[in-house]
Amino acid sequence: MFEDYLNLAVKAIFIENMALTFFLGMCSFLAVSKKVETAVGLGLAVIFVLTVTVPANNLIQTYLLNEGALAWISPEFAGVDLTFLNLLCFIGTIAAMVQLVEMTTDRFFPALHATLGIFLPLIAVNCAILGGSLFMVERDYDFGESVVFGLGNGIGWFLAVVALASIRERLRYSNVPHGLRGLGMTFVITGLMAFGFMAFGGIQL
Amino acid sequence: MKLLRRILDKQARHFEPGGRFERFYPLYEAPDTFLYTPGKTTTGAAHVRDALDLKRLMMTVVVALVPCVLMAMWNTGRQIHVAVAGGAAPLANWRTDAMEMLGLSFDASSLLANTVHGALYYVPVLVVTFAVGGAWEGLFAVVRRHDVNEGFLVTGMLFPLVLPPTIPLWQVAVGISFGVVVGKEIFGGTGYNVLNPALTARVFLFFAYPAQISGDAVWIAAGTSSAPDGYSGATALGEIAVLEPVEGSDAPLDGLSAIEGKVSWMQAFLGDIPGSMGETSALACLIGAAILIATGIGSWRIMVAATAGTAAISLLLNLIASPTNAMLSVPFHWHLVLGGWAFGIVFMATDPVSAAQTNRGRYIYGFLVGVLAVLIRTINPAFPEGVMLGILFMNLFAPLIDHYVLKANIKRRQARYAQ
Repeated sequence: MFEDYLNLAVKAIFIENMALTFFLGMCSFLAVSKKVETAVGLGLAVIFVLTVTVPANNLIQTYLLNEGALAWISPEFAGVDLTFLNLLCFIGTIAAMVQLVEMTTDRFFPALHATLGIFLPLIAVNCAILGGSLFMVERDYDFGESVVFGLGNGIGWFLAVVALASIRERLRYSNVPHGLRGLGMTFVITGLMAFGFMAFGGIQL
Repeated sequence: MKLLRRILDKQARHFEPGGRFERFYPLYEAPDTFLYTPGKTTTGAAHVRDALDLKRLMMTVVVALVPCVLMAMWNTGRQIHVAVAGGAAPLANWRTDAMEMLGLSFDASSLLANTVHGALYYVPVLVVTFAVGGAWEGLFAVVRRHDVNEGFLVTGMLFPLVLPPTIPLWQVAVGISFGVVVGKEIFGGTGYNVLNPALTARVFLFFAYPAQISGDAVWIAAGTSSAPDGYSGATALGEIAVLEPVEGSDAPLDGLSAIEGKVSWMQAFLGDIPGSMGETSALACLIGAAILIATGIGSWRIMVAATAGTAAISLLLNLIASPTNAMLSVPFHWHLVLGGWAFGIVFMATDPVSAAQTNRGRYIYGFLVGVLAVLIRTINPAFPEGVMLGILFMNLFAPLIDHYVLKANIKRRQARYAQ
């Protein structure tokens, strides 16, 4: 049991890193990685949102959307299949969670709220977050697994964005060719980071 | 030497501003400063006088690499001759012809024959590395108007040593091109890069052409009937990794049983085992490490911390040795001499540019390199060797470690001067 969870967590953090293996969540990954402190803030927000939304969407999928899932209300709903609604429902959950995070940071960490700016509400359309929920459905994770999977994905994305931010901070002293400055160089570094994360490809615990 | 100086001075005017070849100044400057002390002085206000400039630093690393180079040539030749003595056929290529022309026999106990035959494999790789890598370096220097840097000398020395002797020369060219251009030059050249360029080149080849360079098979340049182009047995690490679980036995699988009788610890320490050209001899790396530490160029903190990390994690893994994974039971003093551990930790992990740059950060960085190297070796069945990938992974996180070490330091000082 524990070993399965550990395996899943390692897989979600390192082997199938959302940012560096699937290249999901790239918009905020590239945009909010200029400073380590901001990247840490956004990374924590992503961890929180993923950890809450993936299990929440798991419950929605199992008890509302799957074929026959509504049978618990009344036997006549046993034939209803609402899976076509899952994108809509997932986005709803995610948007609600992101609102919660936004209001919390606004109230308690106004400085962070100001630096994250538009990218905080944009977590709602961050592909890594929706991707987490969709992978959960595709791979048939149960509730426990989806908690571990959501948390693992969040930590993986956090590690990637914070490492990228620290590298970019160091790059400020570099002499990058003009055409590559900014985003171009960030793409190259992202590729080199994916190299590094390939070290874990193939691990089976 | 006077003559050399005169020739250089005579050519200097063509390269100086206003001269015919002004654009190519870096190509003149490179040999000039390589041979003589540069006349440049700093123009800013802050001066630190130190005899240790970048050139001397890099040259010391090259000197420290000499034992490894010598071992690389001797061992490459020796492994071929041992294989031939064991029944393999020598490869039908120009190297074998050259050996015959020189009248040298394939004798594994002859120092001269081993070294010459090894050099016939090592030198072409070295030449291609310097020709192709140097061309990129020169091109970037001319176009981007910066100096050709001695940093490339070290990259160019390191790269051939981590390659197998049977590698096709075009792959050497592709690899070093990637390492120099993407690993270093587009960051602005020596000192600006994030990853170690030699390591980047090696990892690029590792993922792009796994057939020629993956770590579980070794590259002895001698043919057998089934593999006429180069015989690939298994490295010691590879043999442990593929060890099959014993049917119906619950006793932990003993990783050393696979190589016992074939390789002794002393043999692995001295470097008389198959592997990439320069990485096999822990002794040669130890001599290199002594030079680097004595001159203060390589960080002893990283080396010590990496050894500690390796010891800690392998002792821990020994405790959970299982019947299915033979790697778990390998004792830590074997981890230190097998594969590229010694070479990677001494020459790659201590790269002053891509490693952590704060002393406290170096302990953390080194420790994690040691831990990751062993972890990838043991729990990742895809790669029997993990040192290279462990160092590359930690290169990515070195700036982050530094960032937090600096932050902690600032906080401590603020607390100290608070009143």
